[in-house]
Amino acid sequence: MRETPVKVAAEDGRIVKPPTSDDSPLAVRGLTVSYGDKPAIFSVDTIVPQGSMMAIVGPNGAGKSTLLKAVLGIVKSLSGTVSIFGESLSEAQQRVAYVPQRASVDWDFPTRVIDVVLMGLYRKLGLLGWLTNHHRKTARACLERVGMVQFAERQIVQLSGGQQQRVFLARALAQDADLYLLDEPFAGVDAATEKAIIDVLKSLKSQNKTVVCVHHDLATVADYFDRVLLINVQKIAEGPVATSFTAENLQRTYGGRLAATHIDDLRLPAG
Amino acid sequence: MGSEFVMLSLTPILIGILASIACALPGNFLILRRQALIGDAISHVVLPGIVVAFLLTGTVASLPMMIGAAGAAIIAVILIETIKRLGRIEPGAAMGVVFTSMFAGGVLLLEQSDTSSVHLDVEHALMGNLESLIWFAADDWSSLLDPVALAALPPELPRIAAVCALVAGLTYLFWRPLKISTFDEGFARTMGIPTTAISIGLVIAAAVAAVAAFDAVGSIIVIAMFICPPAAARLMTNRLEVQVGWSTVFAVVSAVLGYVFAGYGPLWLGGQHAVSAAGMIATVSGVILGLACLFGPQRKRVGEAATD
Amino acid sequence: MWTTFLDALLLQAGYNAALVAVGAALLGIAAGTSGTFLVLRKRALVSDAIAHATLPGIGLAFICMTALGGDGRNLAGLMLGSALTAAAGLLLVAWISRATRLSEDAAIGAVLSVFFGFGIVLLTLIQTMSSGRQAGLDGLLLGSTAGMLFQDGIIIAIGGALAVGAVFALRRPMTLVAFDADFAKASGWNVGHVDLAIMGLVLGVAVIGLKTAGLILIVAMLIIPAVAARFWTERTEHVVLGAGLFGGLSGYVGAALSASAPALPTGPVIVLVCAFLFVLSLLFAPIRGVLASLLRHRRFQVRVHRRQGLLALAHSEAVHDRMTLAVLRRDDLIRADGVATDIGRAQAAKALLDERRWEIVRQMQFAEGLKANFDGLTPIEGVLTKDELAEVDRRLGPLSIVGG
Repeated sequence: MRETPVKVAAEDGRIVKPPTSDDSPLAVRGLTVSYGDKPAIFSVDTIVPQGSMMAIVGPNGAGKSTLLKAVLGIVKSLSGTVSIFGESLSEAQQRVAYVPQRASVDWDFPTRVIDVVLMGLYRKLGLLGWLTNHHRKTARACLERVGMVQFAERQIVQLSGGQQQRVFLARALAQDADLYLLDEPFAGVDAATEKAIIDVLKSLKSQNKTVVCVHHDLATVADYFDRVLLINVQKIAEGPVATSFTAENLQRTYGGRLAATHIDDLRLPAG
Repeated sequence: MGSEFVMLSLTPILIGILASIACALPGNFLILRRQALIGDAISHVVLPGIVVAFLLTGTVASLPMMIGAAGAAIIAVILIETIKRLGRIEPGAAMGVVFTSMFAGGVLLLEQSDTSSVHLDVEHALMGNLESLIWFAADDWSSLLDPVALAALPPELPRIAAVCALVAGLTYLFWRPLKISTFDEGFARTMGIPTTAISIGLVIAAAVAAVAAFDAVGSIIVIAMFICPPAAARLMTNRLEVQVGWSTVFAVVSAVLGYVFAGYGPLWLGGQHAVSAAGMIATVSGVILGLACLFGPQRKRVGEAATD
Repeated sequence: MWTTFLDALLLQAGYNAALVAVGAALLGIAAGTSGTFLVLRKRALVSDAIAHATLPGIGLAFICMTALGGDGRNLAGLMLGSALTAAAGLLLVAWISRATRLSEDAAIGAVLSVFFGFGIVLLTLIQTMSSGRQAGLDGLLLGSTAGMLFQDGIIIAIGGALAVGAVFALRRPMTLVAFDADFAKASGWNVGHVDLAIMGLVLGVAVIGLKTAGLILIVAMLIIPAVAARFWTERTEHVVLGAGLFGGLSGYVGAALSASAPALPTGPVIVLVCAFLFVLSLLFAPIRGVLASLLRHRRFQVRVHRRQGLLALAHSEAVHDRMTLAVLRRDDLIRADGVATDIGRAQAAKALLDERRWEIVRQMQFAEGLKANFDGLTPIEGVLTKDELAEVDRRLGPLSIVGG
């Protein structure tokens, strides 16, 4: 999408071009989604730089999941634009992978762990492509990365919540994407799974992939992520964790619903 | 028009109205609980019910038929619950398995039984015969006060009137527990409301209404009455009391207009014979629902599912 | 009767019977496979709505064709009409669920009953139009399988083959959409189109099978085989194959059975054979069947006693319970006098370790979602991943020798 370049004054008075969204993994402008008359997210802008690991945080009902779903076209947006690596969603489809919330799926579905991961390859296979040993090896490698390869033949109903989450992550890995969008990947999982997942995400970052997570646990934001987007229907703040994940921004995001002691526990930089 | 109306049309219209109301009332709660299709299941299993009753009693008298149909409905519901739990099957599939099998069984039994002596009309059971429920003994409007004529009313009328009154009475009596347990079952239980009993009671009431109504309008049309008036009413308002009110209005309108269009519509259009009243009633209720879907003030869905 | 049945099974009971048997089998295969994804998508009763929505189409087609001077009972015309109104019904169900606050089951029931009611109106209209000539249309409710003509068989064969082919071609998107629609959408599949394909396949089979099997019975063949097949396997492709198998088997055996005795109408017998296969599957399928569950429970009880016994040994406690003693003796874990054998002591140590590990696991709140696996008896290595287990052992601390 071409835009007329906007001139911005830098601190020392020089005229500089703002960071272009031309090839950012994810660039969102003015995205608005509403349910009937109520806005779920309103005029949200964000640019996610390549190789970053960004957390989307906010209170319940703030529109975090909605933002992801609108980016992926799962819900229709009222207005705004989304560009992925400079292209529209349908053009850049192969470069995005999505890990939805576990609860959205019927886990008694007749499918094994390995089959779920292979589903990540369906787009590449198309309708009639044949599933070869190469694909199966790829799937098993992805399961290996999340520590689940010994359960490959198991039916998914027999897994714990954390194990199910790992399988979803393996499916996303199988897509071999450049941008990974995860919806509350750490919700309701045990400590070992949390560590396994964060290790995989960090390895993705080290491969210069971009990771965006809707995250529910404020205490771990600084440990896991380098960028944060604070949202409560509208964007409150965005930027590197060091400068944007502050007590003041959190108070603004959570509308004073966050107990002062909780923020103290997070031990954030002031301001 | 007066005396002819009383003899030919008054009772069918009344029966149609009462049958529609008797079905629409429990239908309100069924659709709120997403159990609308239990009416579908019940309607299909009345056939095996009446066939078994016929085989056991050798007659086509109404009472054994109704008991047979009610029994079939109860057996069906029990079977559906059982295989849902035993087999971890979702409700729609469980219903589909049970009622199609029972229906097939009913058809088989029908074929096997000796129907040479008595005629068991499958079509009648499915499609009803509203037009034939006429009041022979009536002369004109004064017959309403004539005890002799009243005694010769088609028996379906007092029967459906009784069932309708029963259903209406039960709805009134159990209004609060029904309302609370439909809205929030967990909360209702904490208040001491026996939610399982209410659920079962609702389904049984629906079955009784269905069975009583099928005699007049046939079983398949009964589903229309379970669903369309309450569904249309749901799109008109957010309040349960008002919804039930609207559903009754829609049920009455469907019954009256349906009967009139079926009986007189072809005449107006140059034809000679009437068409199925029951079918037309269902069609009219569908048209009302369609209008409600397009113009009802509360038709829009709110919440996450809204955007898609 | 049974010799006739056998003959019919071997296609030796006459041309008509053979035709019906083969035709019914083909229809069964097509219906079973096409219905599977509808069942997996948890929309089984949409098939009921589709089947009932064909009725007005048949009536309208009849009226149109007669009005244009043709044969009102022309099969192609009737099939076209039924397909059109069924499609309209299908789209209406989707529209009502999407655009209004009504739930899908209400939409299904509404379309089902209203379309059927309108269809009945048309049928009675036809009755008055050309009295008597519409007799064939009555069979649409219950089917007229025994009256199958060769051309019906051809239609079923070709239509069925197309349906099965379409299922094969679209199996991946349909599986994906049935399992995780959001992910499918995010992967670029058009979920709405795939859903229409799933329902369209059902529509196709319903139209093909309408004349033969009738409304209600075609619904049975679309739903029951898939539900039965589900008991036997945990893989979607196998459910589809199983459903096709059960459908075809029911069709073939049912038709043969009905040919072997009078007063056995083919359609209902086929459905009842299918229902019988369902009951067999429900009860006897390994893993998901009821009997298998009962056996598992029994085995579970034995394992509980075994575990309790071993733990008692590990803690040097006496074992009193008779069943526990019996189980321990049977596995050579204790001698006749109740003293632990070498194997017994080793197993007891392992049991103690596992018991401690399970305690940690419960503390760490793994239990969410793991159901029967967390009975505390299954070897823990089979239930936790390597790193999960490492974490547990880390918390356990150093191990001590078990006395006894």
